[in-house]
Amino acid sequence: MKFVDEYRDAKAAHELAKRIKAVVTQPWTIMEICGGQTHAIVRFGIDELLPPDITLVHGPGCPVCVTALELIEKAIEIASAPDVIFCSFGDMLRVPGLHRDLLAVKAAGGDVRIVYSPLDALKLATENPDKQVVFFAVGFETTAPANGMAAYQAHRLGVRNFSLLVSHVLVPPAMEAILGSPHNQVQGFLAAGHVCTVMGYHEYEPIAAKYKTPIVVTGFEPVDILQGILMCVTQLEQGRYEVENPYSRVVTREGNIPAQKLLSDVFEVVARKWRGIGEINNSGLALRGEYRQYDAELRFGLADRKIEESAECISGLILQGIKKPHDCPAFGTRCTPEHPLGATMVSSEGACAAYYRYRGATASGRRAG
Amino acid sequence: MADDKNFALSCPTPIANYEQILLAHGGGGKLMRQLLESVVLPALDNVHLQSRHDASVFVVGNQKLAFTTDSYVVSPLFFVGGDIGTLAINGTVNDLAMAGARPLYLSLGLILEEGLPVETLSRIMDSIKKTAAEADVQIITGDTKVVDRGKGDGIFINTAGIGVVEHSLDIVPGSVRPGDAIILSGDIGRHGIAIMAQRAGLQFETTIESDCAPLHTAVQKLLAGGIDVHCLRDLTRGGLASALTEVAQQARLGMHIKETAIAVCEPVRSACELLGLDPLYVANEGRFVAFVPENDAERALAILKSEPVSEMSTFIGTTTVDDAGLVLMTGTIGSTRIVDMLSGEQLPRIC
Repeated sequence: MKFVDEYRDAKAAHELAKRIKAVVTQPWTIMEICGGQTHAIVRFGIDELLPPDITLVHGPGCPVCVTALELIEKAIEIASAPDVIFCSFGDMLRVPGLHRDLLAVKAAGGDVRIVYSPLDALKLATENPDKQVVFFAVGFETTAPANGMAAYQAHRLGVRNFSLLVSHVLVPPAMEAILGSPHNQVQGFLAAGHVCTVMGYHEYEPIAAKYKTPIVVTGFEPVDILQGILMCVTQLEQGRYEVENPYSRVVTREGNIPAQKLLSDVFEVVARKWRGIGEINNSGLALRGEYRQYDAELRFGLADRKIEESAECISGLILQGIKKPHDCPAFGTRCTPEHPLGATMVSSEGACAAYYRYRGATASGRRAG
Repeated sequence: MADDKNFALSCPTPIANYEQILLAHGGGGKLMRQLLESVVLPALDNVHLQSRHDASVFVVGNQKLAFTTDSYVVSPLFFVGGDIGTLAINGTVNDLAMAGARPLYLSLGLILEEGLPVETLSRIMDSIKKTAAEADVQIITGDTKVVDRGKGDGIFINTAGIGVVEHSLDIVPGSVRPGDAIILSGDIGRHGIAIMAQRAGLQFETTIESDCAPLHTAVQKLLAGGIDVHCLRDLTRGGLASALTEVAQQARLGMHIKETAIAVCEPVRSACELLGLDPLYVANEGRFVAFVPENDAERALAILKSEPVSEMSTFIGTTTVDDAGLVLMTGTIGSTRIVDMLSGEQLPRIC
């Protein structure tokens, strides 16, 4: 398959791994931001090709994992209401709330549907004028433009029975939260290629300079990821801290300008709670101005609802790269993909789920079984 | 764990057990197995169910017979490459075939929803007739019920099948031995993607056709060729991954397979990439894996390749004493990972 096979080429991957080994002289810790990258690293066993001096830690870039419990509970409450069609991307249905998940709501009679696009949800709203259709708008800057477009179109077409439960989060504030933490161990970043496709990478330049940390815009195939690691390690070894973009077949410095304009028209930047991490200033998006009428939290009177999360699993530490999934005593025993304790076990992009699926319940260290 | 406190960690209360049935309980993965082990099988405990195979084999007089049943609830009813009728015949024929039986007779139970167009039922009955003739089985008993509108998805079908076992082999997971060759009968993922494309209204440049087909002729040829078949398993809902994992766990052996040996046709690969699905877990209706001794492996492969339904057969790996219960796959870049059973349904990823 073109644009896939050449980036999964074993020879190219091993060549890059060899070059990484040749460059490394000391231990380095690198975080890949995106859950899609974590998934690829574990699925393809990319870390097995790396020298032991390089530690990859898995970042907070799985939108399913970082969506706050409070929002999951709001989703469950809305989806349980009569005359509501609740639409979501598939992953979100299994994220546990306090007592149940959206799949259980569906089993109990709630009209919960998986859609592939927020515009499909908008279409459902036009087809079902006597129902309230709510779309669970989760994700980073990657999914935000399409979700913003749904609000824009709803407004343009005057679709009043449509709303969005918005849980959008932004990458740069999360990176700053990690780098600014006294416990930070991350020395270099692989930035999320899809997010940069929309936003460009200029916004990472001040972060690289402020925290003296290299940031390499990285794709999602084995060769992309190894290339990103090679460039990141080379910078670290040379004492440089720049933003580099080997994913230039997709990403430009400025990004997708029309998408960014839509985002700033429809959304405003707000503080947002991250599951397992807590509230981070300026780290989320909420509907602004005339688009607030499509905010499901306002429409269903849930804006002031607060739910505190209890301390039990270590997903917060995993999302910040401080711990690995197998450091958790519950991993693979009390916490499995069938019965997740924490969000990182739920989504296939979550670090715990990726480890469990590809390395098994007893996963430890770098190798399987 | 001082770090934990510093970060005010949060975690939801675990969902210990679902109190109601989820769709995922029917997904052919771990949730389904949990349901069977905890609720269904305890009520039915007997020696025949212990083989945990697609069909039960038993002796009446001097004759070994195989018996199986399956229900069909597919939506949409018609898809590219088949319909609920072809599935209802081939699925049950294949369950018999996986026990090494020659399928003879089927029952047909129809549960119709009020409002189903008679023309739709006629089309389904036509394809049942045609598929049964192709598979050389006769439907000799049946039942029809109608439920209120809204209480069925147009039509549900149950078929049971009986077949005759004309060899002395014990074709069950427990017969698999270390060093057995694992043969996969063709490319994977066609049925699941064909259904999903139709369900989601997805348009691809190439039409993906379901692989729905009867497999008993290929199996009968293996047996007639004197192959010492240890186990057979057709790939259904949970895909290749679930079929292999089930056999590995039941046989208490490991399996080492090669990703590069597993064929996935280009349109299915593309669809899986787009939808964020892993073809190893996508449903099939006309593919199976065969476990045969190393000595018979080349001959078995040649026999399967001579049959149209399994002409794309390949060796995908071997069974091992090590790593009992696990399926390990060497991937495209040479690293090894565990292939686990699917939890519930495979959910499309967000991005």
